[in-house]
Amino acid sequence: MKTLLVAEFREGKLRAEYSQLIAFAQQQRAEAAMFLVGSAGEVPKFNGTLYLADAAKYGEYNPTVHKQLLLDVIAKEQPAQIVFLHSSYGWDLAPRVAVALQAAQVSEVVAVDNGLPVVPVCNAKLRRTIKAITAQTVLTIQAGAFGMEAEPEGTPTVVEIDTGAAGKVQCTGYEAAKIEGVDLTKAEIIVSAGRGVGKPENVAMVQALAKALGGEYGASRPVVDAGWVEHNRQVGTTGSTVTPKLYVACGISGAIQHLAGMKKSDFIVAINTDRDAPIGEVANVLVVADLKQFLPVLTEKLGAR
Amino acid sequence: MNILICIKQVPDMESKFKINGEGTWYDRADLAWRMNEYDEYAVEQAVRLKEQVKDADLTVLCIGPDQVTEAIKKALAMGCDRGVHIADPDSAKREPIAIATMIAGFAKDKNFDVIFTGMQSQDRGSAQVGVMVAELLGIPAVTTIVGFAYDNGTVQVKRELEGGSKALVTATTPVVLTCQLGLNTPRYPTLPNIMKAKKKELLPLAPDVGGLGPRQETTACAFPEKKGGGLVLEGEIPELADKLIQLLKEKTTVLA
Ligand SMILES: Cc1cc2nc3c(=O)[nH]c(=O)nc-3n(C[C@H](O)[C@H](O)[C@H](O)COP(=O)(O)OP(=O)(O)OC[C@H]3O[C@@H](n4cnc5c(N)ncnc54)[C@H](O)[C@@H]3O)c2cc1C
Ligand SMILES: Nc1ncnc2c1ncn2[C@@H]1O[C@H](COP(=O)(O)O)[C@@H](O)[C@H]1O
Repeated sequence: MKTLLVAEFREGKLRAEYSQLIAFAQQQRAEAAMFLVGSAGEVPKFNGTLYLADAAKYGEYNPTVHKQLLLDVIAKEQPAQIVFLHSSYGWDLAPRVAVALQAAQVSEVVAVDNGLPVVPVCNAKLRRTIKAITAQTVLTIQAGAFGMEAEPEGTPTVVEIDTGAAGKVQCTGYEAAKIEGVDLTKAEIIVSAGRGVGKPENVAMVQALAKALGGEYGASRPVVDAGWVEHNRQVGTTGSTVTPKLYVACGISGAIQHLAGMKKSDFIVAINTDRDAPIGEVANVLVVADLKQFLPVLTEKLGAR
Repeated sequence: MNILICIKQVPDMESKFKINGEGTWYDRADLAWRMNEYDEYAVEQAVRLKEQVKDADLTVLCIGPDQVTEAIKKALAMGCDRGVHIADPDSAKREPIAIATMIAGFAKDKNFDVIFTGMQSQDRGSAQVGVMVAELLGIPAVTTIVGFAYDNGTVQVKRELEGGSKALVTATTPVVLTCQLGLNTPRYPTLPNIMKAKKKELLPLAPDVGGLGPRQETTACAFPEKKGGGLVLEGEIPELADKLIQLLKEKTTVLA
C-alpha cells in the first residue's frame, strides 16, 4: 500500500520520532515516501523518496503552508494512506488534510488488527477498530505505539518542493519548558498524586509515603494544573519521562499521556478505587482501595518496619 | 463580539462501561454524564473574554440526544448567553467530519469572531472536530491552547507542544481555538446563576449533515486485552498494606 509519512521539524531540528513512522510503514509492509518541511542539512535516515520543503524559507509551523505543500505531494504520489504522529503537529495538520481530500481520518492508532486501525477511546478504557471506506485514509499514530527494532538507516532521494501559499496565523516564538528544582528523571522512587487525591490537603499523604520510602513525589497533570503540585513534578508527555525502580500511582487513572511518562519504571504500584482503571494495564500491582484510607496505613507500617 | 462555544456531553470516565448490543460503542445506560473536561476550559475562556470586552454574545452549542441539554444548562449557568441544541439521538454514531459539518452549517452565516472548542472529547478523543470546523468555514484554527489574550481583533495564544514547551502564535479573528487542559480554572456555577440560566434561550435544531456520506465505520468496540502479569489486591486495608510491603520486599530492592 502506498504510504506517505509526515516527519516533523521544529526550531531548526529534525524530530527523532520520525523513526516511529518508518516502523509503522514497515509493520504494514507499505511502500513509503516521506514528507518534511525541514532542512537539507539534516535529513531523516530513510531509504526512499523524501519530499523536502525548506523550513528556512517558510519559517516555523504554519498550517496553511504545510497543508498546501502536503496536498501537492499527495496529488503527485497518490498515497492510499497519509500517516502523521499523534503530536501537536500531527493532530493540528491531519484534519486539515483529511477535509481537503474528503478522506476518512483515524486518530491515535495504537495497533493494526487484520489491516484495520485500532484506537483507544474513553480514556483508554476501551478500544475501537475502524474501517475507512474512502480511497485515501489519514492516520495519526500514537507516540510510542510503533517502535523500531533497530535505529533507522539509509539515505533518502531528496525531491525539493515549493509553494506560494501563505497563512494567516503566525508563530512568533517559543517558550521553553521550565526546568528548575527537583529533577524526577533521576529519582529511584517516585510516589505520584493524581486527581483521585480529591483535594490539595491530601497531597500530604502522597508526600508522606514518598518520604517513608525515601523517594520523591510527583503528580499527574490535573494536580499540577490545579496548582497543588509544581510543574517540574509532572509526569507524562508534557512533563517528565521517568524510569524509577518503583513508581507508585495514587489516584491516577492511567491516561495515555501519563503512561507515556512512567510505563518504563521497573516496578509499578497503582492505588485506585476503580478496578478497571487503565493504569492496571501497566501496574505490577493494583491495590483496589481508597487512597485516603490506604496511604496513611501503608506509610505507618513502612515507618514501623 | 460574537462567540460560539462547542461542547460535548460525555460519560464520567470513572463509570463502569459496558459495550452496546451492536458491539460498536459503549452502552449509554447507567452512566454518569458531565461536560467534556476540555470544553469546560472553552466555556470559561469565552466567559472571561466577555468579561474583558463587555460587549459580547456567547452561544453554546451541543449536538446529542435530549439529555445533553444538562451540559448546555451548565454552560449557561457559567455565563453563556444562549444555548443551541442540535437534537441528534444518533450523534454517537457520527464521525468527526459529520459533527463538524453540523457545527459549520450552523455557524456559516452568523459571523462568529471566535469559536472555542475543546482540544478533544474524552470519549471519542479524535481531536478532529475543532480543526475541521475551521477548515469547512475557511478560517484559521490554532489547536491545543494553554494561554489566551485578546486585543482589538487580534488573539495571541500559547500552543502547547511536547515536553512542556510552547509556541507563541498570533492570529486575527475570525478564528477557531481548541482548548487544552490547564488553560484556566473553570468556575463553578453559583446558585443564582443556575436560576438565571433557566430563563436563557435554549434553541432546539434538527440535525443536518447536508448529504454527507459516511467515510468510516466502526467494526468493533471492546475492552483491551488484559496483558496479564499484574496482580490485583482487594480486601481489608491493613492486610492490603502488609501484602504490598511483602511484595515490595520480594520483587524490588527499594526496601532493602
Ligand atoms: C496533549 C496532552 C498532553 C497531556 N500531558 C499529560 C502529562 O504530561 N501528564 C499527565 O498526567 N496527563 C497529561 N494529560 C492529561 C491526561 O490525558 C489525563 O487527563 C490525566 O493524566 C488524568 O489525570 P489523573 O489520572 O490524575 O485524573 P483522572 O483521569 O481524573 O483519574 C483519577 C483516578 O483516581 C481514582 N480515584 C478517585 N478517587 C479515589 C480515591 N479516593 N482513592 C483512590 N483512587 C481514586 C479514579 O478511579 C481515577 O482512576 C495530557 C493530555 C493531553 C491531551
Ligand atoms: N457532539 C458534539 N457537540 C458539540 N461539540 C462537539 C461534539 N463533539 C465534539 N465537539 C467539539 O469538538 C471537540 C473535539 O472533539 P473530538 O474531535 O471528538 O475529539 C470537543 O472538545 C468539542 O468542543
